Amino acid sequence: MSNSLQYLIRRLGFYSIAAWAALTLNFFIPRLMPGDPAAIIFARFRGKLTPEAMIALRETFGLTDGPLLLQYFSYIKSMFKGDLGVSIAYFPEPVANIISTGLLWTIFLAGTSLVISFIIGTLLGAIISWKRGGRLDSFLPPSLAFIGAFPYFWLAMLSLYIFGFKLEWFPLRHAYSDDVTVGLNIPFIFSSIYHAILPATTMILVSLGGWMLSMRNTMLTTLGSDYITLARAKGLSSWVVMLKYAARNAILPNFTGFGMALGFVLSGALLTEIIFSYPGQGYLLLQAVRSQDFPLMQGLFMTITLAVLAANWFVDIAILFLDPRTRK
Amino acid sequence: MNKNSILKRWGRGIIKNKKASFGLYFVSSLIGLSIFGPLFTLDPTAFLGAPLSPPSLEHFFGTNGQGQDVLSQTIAGARQTLLVAFTTGFFVVIIGAFIGGAAGYYGGKVDDFLSLIINVFLVMPGLPLMVILASWLPPGPLTLAGVLILTGWAWNARVIRSQMMSLKGRDFVLAAIISGESNSRIIFVEIMPRMLSLLASSFIGASVYAIGAQVGLEFLGLGDVSTVSWGTNLYWASNDLALLTGSWWTFVPTGLSIALISFSLTLINFGIDEVTNPRLISEKNWKKELPDNTLNNGVTPVVRKNV
Repeated sequence: MSNSLQYLIRRLGFYSIAAWAALTLNFFIPRLMPGDPAAIIFARFRGKLTPEAMIALRETFGLTDGPLLLQYFSYIKSMFKGDLGVSIAYFPEPVANIISTGLLWTIFLAGTSLVISFIIGTLLGAIISWKRGGRLDSFLPPSLAFIGAFPYFWLAMLSLYIFGFKLEWFPLRHAYSDDVTVGLNIPFIFSSIYHAILPATTMILVSLGGWMLSMRNTMLTTLGSDYITLARAKGLSSWVVMLKYAARNAILPNFTGFGMALGFVLSGALLTEIIFSYPGQGYLLLQAVRSQDFPLMQGLFMTITLAVLAANWFVDIAILFLDPRTRK
Repeated sequence: MNKNSILKRWGRGIIKNKKASFGLYFVSSLIGLSIFGPLFTLDPTAFLGAPLSPPSLEHFFGTNGQGQDVLSQTIAGARQTLLVAFTTGFFVVIIGAFIGGAAGYYGGKVDDFLSLIINVFLVMPGLPLMVILASWLPPGPLTLAGVLILTGWAWNARVIRSQMMSLKGRDFVLAAIISGESNSRIIFVEIMPRMLSLLASSFIGASVYAIGAQVGLEFLGLGDVSTVSWGTNLYWASNDLALLTGSWWTFVPTGLSIALISFSLTLINFGIDEVTNPRLISEKNWKKELPDNTLNNGVTPVVRKNV
């Protein structure tokens, strides 16, 4: 078991390096750009801030006149305290507060669609590889590849137009209707699920193909192994051979891909949220871009990166339980 | 078999392959349209008719919220979008070949260090990083390409690294090392040409990624919104409330064009795989020889004709 612990610690070390790289990028990008970052940021605050507040803000960003190294340390210090600065668009709200309001909605929407599309896609991949060259196998991969060729947010626009605007089956915007009270009550839960169906479906449709194809490819090599032939020779039913013998082994690369895909799916989810005016991180990102709210943008980059890194670590833990080879 | 005859066989195979030739046909006609089309269409930036008027004989795809002709905008938009996409694809492959190739060839400490950088870039979510980069830089196609290259190179580097690792142990590489050839010559003259099909499909894959990511960034308003490209077309469509006014014609043609070119590029990739992957070649051969339904999983047929 100590080996597994070592493995987990090594992975944690890697994610710490990645987090540090993100922090450092976040610090250096504004400073490497043409123009003075402090002047650009504070020009947008003009008239909103008292001189004292301005000095406090400069310290948060490390945008003092001190040497670069000191700026860097004061920036790292404020990041560790969770101080992401003050938003320009939602002045004088701190960035950390704004981000935390939308975080749950994004996790709900992107998380459920990711899990659903992973399950359906992996299952479909297993089934079509079993009947290779069959009707499903020649129909599903190309059609899902075609759907996957559309940009996430464009499909969202189209489905919003057809099912929301024309047919009026689904609401046009927001995450819940105005007439329910926010909290753990039945109308609110139903309303939020109802609002999530359309955005979630478009995200699932676009990402389904990737899971399916990678599962199909690993299944094909697994199906050629001797233990599958043995399982068949024992006369086990094909569902048992397919799911308990082949799929169980073929699913591992898909799990590893789960962590990698997270960042990609999240990026698509952010754009989808914008189309549906869904009050998550994507909507905040749009507000930040529209009003050139640099503190909010950089705060979003940091929180999303940390969330992805954490999720990757959980995937590592899951793989430890699923794949005995990592426990050796 | 020498290198030239392999290339010739691949070339013939690609042309004969249904998927690849279908994809090639669409991609080359879209490229041709983007180069020569704007010479024959109306001025895409001129105010030509009542804003948001539906498709008619005068404007086949209608007009957008600025009263511009959607058909000419779609054709003109292809130019910048494809140019940025293929530029990105090219540089992503070059950087991937350099970094991934070096990591796979040298191994050891070099590999540890380069792999760390590759993996850090892989795990970082792309869109938020692109957004902060693009928002600090002056908007325009150069910024877009730079941002896309910076966030997209890692995947290719990883693929090329693993291919390099498997090729490095082959006899012809050992022979080259023993005969005293320099490392850079072995990498670029001996090994890289053997990866040609991988490099080609990496280029296509990276271009598809660049189309999608670029359109997404421009849709957010991070491109130069005064130029005409597929991303800015969608930006203006959503800015002019295309959805709430029901003017589907302002965003459907652009989206279909994006999907058509991405799908065609993907088809070319499938075709390249079918033509150059030895496992798929032999599979195709024995499939012809055996009647349907006799093929079952786990069975390795011994029917094989010489190619």
